[in-house]
Amino acid sequence: MAVIASGAEAVISLEGDTIIKTRVKKRYRLKEIDENIRRERTRTEAKLISEARRCGVPTPIIKDVTDFEIKMEYIDGTPIKNVIDIFLSEKTGELVGKLHNCGLVHGDLTTSNIVHRDGKLYLIDFGLAYLDKTQEARGVDVHVLFQTFESTHENHEELIEAFKKGYRRTLSNAEEILERVKEIESRGRYA
Amino acid sequence: MSDITVLGLEGTAWNLSAAIVDEKDVIAETTATYMPASGGIHPREAAQHHANHIARVIRETLKKGGRDIDAVAFSQGPGLGPCLRTVATAARALALSLAIPLIGVNHCIAHIEVGRWKTSASDPVTLYVSGANSQVLAYRAGRYRVFGETLDIGIGNALDKFARSVGLPHPGGPKVEELAKQAARYIPIPYVVKGMDFSFSGLTTAAQESVKKNSLPDVCHSFQETAFAMLVEVTERAVAHTGKNEVLLAGGVGANARLREMLGFMCQDRGIEFYVPEKRFMGDNGAMIAYLGLLMYRAGYSTAISDSGVNPNYRPDDVEVVWL
Repeated sequence: MAVIASGAEAVISLEGDTIIKTRVKKRYRLKEIDENIRRERTRTEAKLISEARRCGVPTPIIKDVTDFEIKMEYIDGTPIKNVIDIFLSEKTGELVGKLHNCGLVHGDLTTSNIVHRDGKLYLIDFGLAYLDKTQEARGVDVHVLFQTFESTHENHEELIEAFKKGYRRTLSNAEEILERVKEIESRGRYA
Repeated sequence: MSDITVLGLEGTAWNLSAAIVDEKDVIAETTATYMPASGGIHPREAAQHHANHIARVIRETLKKGGRDIDAVAFSQGPGLGPCLRTVATAARALALSLAIPLIGVNHCIAHIEVGRWKTSASDPVTLYVSGANSQVLAYRAGRYRVFGETLDIGIGNALDKFARSVGLPHPGGPKVEELAKQAARYIPIPYVVKGMDFSFSGLTTAAQESVKKNSLPDVCHSFQETAFAMLVEVTERAVAHTGKNEVLLAGGVGANARLREMLGFMCQDRGIEFYVPEKRFMGDNGAMIAYLGLLMYRAGYSTAISDSGVNPNYRPDDVEVVWL
């Protein structure tokens, strides 16, 4: 088993073709609070991953869920961070539109969390995902993604336009959300 | 320029304070604290208090300082409107009468800068916790960015509100901390972290309800443990996100020993440094305003009278950091 990532909240390791996401204990939290949070978030994350897939958003298949651990399919592809072009950006827009249409918000939408495999885009890492249909939540999701476009891709303006095209295709109130994104940008806090 | 000396005026809430600083240290400081007869801070009464004391506070500070000052800095916001206006008026009058520059500073950033000045922190993630404010901040690309913040009330107000409802006098935070030490058990209270933000109002209401069925020390303990864990969690997320290796604690609630211990554990476990300034620089104080004023003055910045209006909702990320 090899640790492939370690964040503030969880450790991700790879065992064969299975990803194991373990929420780690925090010494600063009281045991009761700590275990309750880790258990609840693990369960919610697994639930939302499956929920997204039911709405037509490709996500890893869940293999097993225990108290603090999710075992799921390893998507052996390339993060779009490295391969994004106009075509994939439009596909990303469609994907995010479907997710939002489903009442879900990803919470950490970056080009590292969208993986390209066999001509298909997968959404991974639902650690910060939650159910929310508000313009604000959806707007922040899109804004965060646009920011990763801007910080890592030279042709970000074209990518953003392509994204919008796809997003409008799968989400009926896409225009309102995209307006909201402008407003969120002007506040400048998520930069 | 050497030996710049700046007078700073702070009065965003209940503490009125004037201080003179130079680049090395605080030269003089005078404080007059508004204490409500009962209940919490009444903005108009606090402003009245500031108006009654500000001339004396400035006079005493200038006398103690015993030297000429180069500029007058004041808290332009965020804070209580009536209090801000009172202090801003005094600052304008002083700057005009001495014919020296006026510098409006952001109160939140002053907390960070005084912490950097008085500890060895250089580029920290700051957890700023006071009555009205609860924010996780870090410097990036020319601004202090807000990485996480309260969606409703500040942690200090949450503690005070809860304390008041169970009959504890203002300010409630220190009383809650004392009572929590006698607790026997933890009672579940809603833990609300949404992405990078936290919310304290639901938690406060739940604690108020919980007192009807549980002992006060147990509820105080549960309140603190839950609310502080939320703050530490978001701070840790910001650390992981930014890759910074320092945490700075700022604001009056930073006096709480349990909060310090929890942040200390988090930093230890991540192998990063944790900085806490002396207590006098944690709560609202004139020295921090004077010091940020000094940094801005040194960078060639000043505020025209026409731009010196107060801003009760002044956000730290509105400020272009010209002094770093």
